[in-house]
Amino acid sequence: MDFIQLIVSGLASGCVYGLIALGFVLIYKATEAVNFAQGDFMMIGAFICLGLTNQDFWGLNFWLAVPIAIVIMAVLGYLFDWGVLRFMFGQSQVSIVILTIAVGFILRFAAGTIWSHEPVSLETPFAGRDISLGGVVLGFDEIAIIIVTLLLTLALFIFFSRTKLGMAMQASSQNQLAAYYMGIPVKRIQSLVWALSGAVAAVAGILFASKGAIDPSAGLLGIKAFAAAAIGGFGSLPGALVGGLIIGLVEPLSARYGAPGFSQIAPYGILILVLVFRPGGLFSQTQKKKV
Amino acid sequence: MRFVFKTTYDADINLFKHKTQMGYYFALFAAVLALPLYFVWTGNPYLLGEITAVLIFAIVGMGLMLLTGQTGLASLGHAAFMALGCYSNILLLNAGVPWLIAFPLAGLIAGVVGTVIALPVLRLHGVYLALATLALSIIAGDIIVLLEAYTGGVSGIAVPDISIFGYEINKYANPYAFYYVVLAVVFIIALLYRNLLRAPTGRSFSAIRDSEISAQAMGINPTRTKAKSFFLSCVAAGLAGSLFGHSATYITHETFDLVMSITLLLMIVIGGLGFIHGAFLGAVVVGLIPVLIANGRSLLATTFGININIPGLESAMFAAILMGFILFEPMGLYGRWLKVRTYFELFPFYRKDMFRRQKSYLKTERVQ
Amino acid sequence: MSHAPLLDIKNVTQKFGGVVAVDDLTLHVNEGEVFALVGPNGAGKSTVFNLISRFYTPANGSISFNGEQLLDLVPDRIPSLGIARTFQNIELFEQATVLQNLLVGRHRHRATNVLSELFFLPSVRREERRHRHAVEQVIDFLDLQPYRDKMIAGLPYGVRKVVELGRALATEPKLLLLDEPASGLSVEETQDMAFWIEDIQKQMGITVLMVEHDMGLVSAVSNRVMALADGKELATGTPQEVQSHPAVIEAYLGTSGIQKGGQQAEKSSAAKSAPKPAKTAAKKASAKKAVPKKAAAKKPAAKKPAARKQATRKPASARKGAKS
Repeated sequence: MDFIQLIVSGLASGCVYGLIALGFVLIYKATEAVNFAQGDFMMIGAFICLGLTNQDFWGLNFWLAVPIAIVIMAVLGYLFDWGVLRFMFGQSQVSIVILTIAVGFILRFAAGTIWSHEPVSLETPFAGRDISLGGVVLGFDEIAIIIVTLLLTLALFIFFSRTKLGMAMQASSQNQLAAYYMGIPVKRIQSLVWALSGAVAAVAGILFASKGAIDPSAGLLGIKAFAAAAIGGFGSLPGALVGGLIIGLVEPLSARYGAPGFSQIAPYGILILVLVFRPGGLFSQTQKKKV
Repeated sequence: MRFVFKTTYDADINLFKHKTQMGYYFALFAAVLALPLYFVWTGNPYLLGEITAVLIFAIVGMGLMLLTGQTGLASLGHAAFMALGCYSNILLLNAGVPWLIAFPLAGLIAGVVGTVIALPVLRLHGVYLALATLALSIIAGDIIVLLEAYTGGVSGIAVPDISIFGYEINKYANPYAFYYVVLAVVFIIALLYRNLLRAPTGRSFSAIRDSEISAQAMGINPTRTKAKSFFLSCVAAGLAGSLFGHSATYITHETFDLVMSITLLLMIVIGGLGFIHGAFLGAVVVGLIPVLIANGRSLLATTFGININIPGLESAMFAAILMGFILFEPMGLYGRWLKVRTYFELFPFYRKDMFRRQKSYLKTERVQ
Repeated sequence: MSHAPLLDIKNVTQKFGGVVAVDDLTLHVNEGEVFALVGPNGAGKSTVFNLISRFYTPANGSISFNGEQLLDLVPDRIPSLGIARTFQNIELFEQATVLQNLLVGRHRHRATNVLSELFFLPSVRREERRHRHAVEQVIDFLDLQPYRDKMIAGLPYGVRKVVELGRALATEPKLLLLDEPASGLSVEETQDMAFWIEDIQKQMGITVLMVEHDMGLVSAVSNRVMALADGKELATGTPQEVQSHPAVIEAYLGTSGIQKGGQQAEKSSAAKSAPKPAKTAAKKASAKKAVPKKAAAKKPAAKKPAARKQATRKPASARKGAKS
């Protein structure tokens, strides 16, 4: 019974990692930029929602605050691409990596200054409630996280396979120039991808904050999400989720059954194993330049 | 503008382009050699300690420059390799190994261990290296705590003094001697760096940076070349870490943290990626910023009565400066200097776009 | 031609997903000849190059060079056998000078190691002088003197093309693979290229395998031509034989005048560089023209002796004029 609870809570945090990784992979696939601030986007999303809904701040209704937070994050994502990254056009990937890391630091500082440096938890309608299923007590929040992640994945799947915008995104991620020739406004599509990944980050952040407390340094969680993305195979959306789940499961299990302090390192251990034996990740795609 | 009339191939192979340039560098060298005299005269060697710290950062800066500026790979974990060198040095010294052996050995250990860690990701795209090193710098603290028996963990460990043939050097007891030790290391590493750049290996590094596929078509093994660059870079980081330890005299698991890794990156970007001078300029700026921030703070507090004490302000300012440079001056301070110099040399024929990079629609490294 | 061929490709097949880029292809290149691969876009010409460079591993078949099995080797071992190549969409080291680019070409001849280079021992200096001397020969040959210390990033397209050829020559190859050496070049530059290829073959004794769309250049310099379509051989022979071969004419013009050549394999690469679709269209047009009008294709060859003198006298300035 204990084990099942461990698994469920692992899956729940795995879902959060998976969602951050998803936002990260979305951007990588579409623009080939690597957003090392994705974890901080998640943290900011959580703080925006928290600032809107918590009693200490604005005290809005939770169900109103969530969509607002998601929209704000989407707009922020769009503006970041439009206002900053477009100036980076033609610069090397290393510069973009460094830039996004810098952005992460600034976001962390902003969140700490605006809201709090101390851990705060998001006041949600389902906080602290449990469900008992045949002797297994599961947190309502954990169930909610898993369900929301499933729904979001489904929605994204439909978005990419059915809607015109989604297909335009796919097209421009596969071949920017060809997409451009077909009349797709590639630059705007890229900004929209950033918006989408901002929105996904907001969802991840809200879920994360509802499960426990959040503080500005929670953005560093992004590293685990990157590990998840790399395990899944960098350019693969389902891979990102699976990678997230793997990391989510490994952590509590290694904390329970491994040596003390081991659970901190275990996710990276898995990452290194994957990179050594399957360098392209579990869902690897061919990554070779054509000449 | 100076026109050098080249009559032998050696003109391009030599360290200095012409006699006057050689003169400049010898003057600089004489100046840094004579610098402690000034502090002996004033009798307050505090500032010399700061300059020594800048030089230590310049050492790891050169290492990171080789990796990021020359080979095009970003490492976000060089503080961890500094830690590796620092702890190795301490453990070797405590085991009774003389400093003259322990110090280079610590650099080698950092190089070997770093390369072994990085090897699995060096075969892959550069982003993986950034990712792996970032993860490393986050868990480095945990590892140091786990190895408490050797590293002292949270409570830290004292760094023994440098001892060269029985002559004890301590940063506080004899700052001048410590300065010269650091200066010697800086000089040697800068010379080796320059030598490498004018030899085939240096060229193969930039080949890897600019086009991996055509480097391969020229017979350069990408993984091996990246590993070489990473090894040399880690050795420099390890040596700098050892000296940093001697300078700090006491280190804990928090000494070499993520912020330090980012600061190192900031340093070379500000200085100018791809230029050896950039490592030094960046180190000076990074050394100056905290002093400026502290002075600004006390100025605000004393004259306006405003007390700014926002946690994280310093790293946020670092980050903002870093962003500013990447967006507006990607070639860094040294690049700015080159532009200014070219402007005056060519006056009035300087064109605004002379240093502009070519913008490609998408320089992709993958195949769909 | 009694001895074994220099390059021997046997029954090689390369697939990308469902697309067969090279289909059971067999070809051999004899020592000392200029061998050209022609064919519509997507015929698998560049894929053949990438197979020889070992960037791709074929599903089956064998490739041997000078008796060595290339498929047993990794890409960066290929140059040391004496195979050098250029790329379709120029792959130079952008942030380095022309001289440095050419010196990288000397990589396979380097005899120093990192340790000696760190201390710049006298042996390293000796080696550097030797490499520089070899590179200067190439610079003289290709008239690159004005660009020696210029950054690649600031050079015009035509010069880059020449630098890439120079970098390949600096490796002192036995076999030179030229991937569309004349694409994007002006008429004068293409003529220069033709003379250089001829000199590379005759004076330096280097075997050349090239992919080219410009039938004028192909018939001017090549001894044998193979036409490919859909990864299969259509015809092999002298340029004239291949151009008049019915299957080749059909592949280019189609029976109903519609181009039949598969565009699958190069679809993505075509979209990679902006000017390319337009360029290839032009190329197709020129190729179409070249096939029916044999006389037009032969013209550069007939004109050559006179044009040659002029071009060798001051080719650098001629090229410069064409660019600016």
